[in-house]
Amino acid sequence: MESGREVSDFSSGDGRLTVEDFSVAARGFSDNWKTHNQSFPPWSWVPLISRTPLVSKKQEEGYLSLEKIIILSSLEEKNPEEDSLNVETDCSEKEESIDDTILVQPLDNEAHYYDFHIVYSASYRVPVLYFRGYCSGGKPLSLDVIKKDLPSCSVSLLMESKWTFITQEEHPYLNRPWFKLHPCGTEEWIKLLSQSSSSAGCQMPVELYLVSWFSVVGQVVGLRIPLEMLN
Amino acid sequence: MANEAVKYVWEGAIPLQIHLHKSDVASHPAPPPALVLAPRIGYLPLLVPLIKPYFKDSLPPGEDSIWFDYKGFPLKWYIPTGVLFDLLCAEPERPWNLTIHFRGYPSNILIPCEGEDSVKWNFVNSLKEAAYIINGNCKNVMNMSQSDQEDLWTSVMNGDLDAYTRLSPKLKMGTIEDEFSRKTSLSSPQPLQGVPETDVAGQVKTARIPVRLYVRSISKDFENLEDVPEIDTWDDISYLNRPVEFLREEGKCFTLRDAIESLLPEFTGEKAQTSGEERSMDESEEAQESGEIKLVRIQGIEMKLEIPFSWVVNNLVHPEFYLHISVLVKAPQR
Repeated sequence: MESGREVSDFSSGDGRLTVEDFSVAARGFSDNWKTHNQSFPPWSWVPLISRTPLVSKKQEEGYLSLEKIIILSSLEEKNPEEDSLNVETDCSEKEESIDDTILVQPLDNEAHYYDFHIVYSASYRVPVLYFRGYCSGGKPLSLDVIKKDLPSCSVSLLMESKWTFITQEEHPYLNRPWFKLHPCGTEEWIKLLSQSSSSAGCQMPVELYLVSWFSVVGQVVGLRIPLEMLN
Repeated sequence: MANEAVKYVWEGAIPLQIHLHKSDVASHPAPPPALVLAPRIGYLPLLVPLIKPYFKDSLPPGEDSIWFDYKGFPLKWYIPTGVLFDLLCAEPERPWNLTIHFRGYPSNILIPCEGEDSVKWNFVNSLKEAAYIINGNCKNVMNMSQSDQEDLWTSVMNGDLDAYTRLSPKLKMGTIEDEFSRKTSLSSPQPLQGVPETDVAGQVKTARIPVRLYVRSISKDFENLEDVPEIDTWDDISYLNRPVEFLREEGKCFTLRDAIESLLPEFTGEKAQTSGEERSMDESEEAQESGEIKLVRIQGIEMKLEIPFSWVVNNLVHPEFYLHISVLVKAPQR
């Protein structure tokens, strides 16, 4: 129906994306991530074709997924300088880090796994971060446990705005409870970001939208992106 | 002043017969079921203060984590009760037999519920989302005073349409004109704000309408609604939270069919039409492959697809400004 719509809508720089822009931005982001973040697993694009029973004709629809990221809970979160997390990938460095953590926190050495999905919100016309945490046995983590893994600034924001910052909601495609970062302010600050980048006279290209977005949103859950990704 | 249809929507209720789940029964004999009238626009956890007194003497010791099921199928508390009924009871069952559980919350399927607070914030967050869709921002919801927001919620909880009608204009939600009245009412007080986009020729206007669409698909065809099989899992229901782009073209009426087909393009075309004058043999074969919309229900009403969408929006919308549409489809054969 709207397949003819051009990707160029974004040039208005109003901080919003169309669903078509989102898929362009998603590919840009995951390519960029692969180049600059080689120690990390890649973000993969999950097309919605697999969604049953409705087969969408808009083949470009889908979401980005980064799964099985290990976060080792650390007592150092109380330290104000330490607001980024001890984030490790599910590969060889794992054991070394477990050792580190054991030194700090001998009682709770179980690894927490996190899945992150970047999903397009047709209501807000911006990307939304969904995530869930679980133990190695697959048991889901409650928000109280997850709080201990979050950077301290997120935790204090969470205390102030229990119902409007991170809440448990249904994953739009998986029909299961996931945690969701509320998107209603996204458009505003993306606009600011794109204005500052366009002050030199050029618009933020759509491929960089998700990079800018994630440079802010990722920090909420302790995921940082290398600065080179923003260039 | 609310119009008559809105009044019916607010007064709509479903008689429930609620059984205590047998694993929660610690008394002998087991308590008889409780009968309550559940407002269509309400939510199941809001009934707990009414229901709990019936069962409190039968419960085992421990902390409550309350949830409901229908024939073993866990009910999502954040879907309005009337929508659950329309979606899950193809052939309406009265009273509707539900089971209440006070223990063993299925947290892998259902979002945790902390009672009224959870329901209220689910409402407020939906209201914000609807405002964003309609007006392009949620300022009016955010700027509403705490007490007004509280009163608005109380009006919904108590089914108090007068209070709601007094408070909701403060949200300044853009409205759409009824299509059949648009010729005469040039002095319409509230044109759609924020989003109206006019194309170069000034002929086509669009507005965004917040819609939650629940699509239950059934693989086997059926003749009568009582032949619709029982539901096993939420995976049989596709849920689309996606605004409808209301297209207004001179001389054309944007119908409920147009709205649904814009969300479900795979059901587009004549397949769902029963009158089909120019239907050829090929098309009926095609219909087999592409699936068919069998039933559309909004607020308990079985809808004709030719009804102007503007009427549906203006009269059958929920208090959080979302239109909840239940659709039963025969799944495409592949």
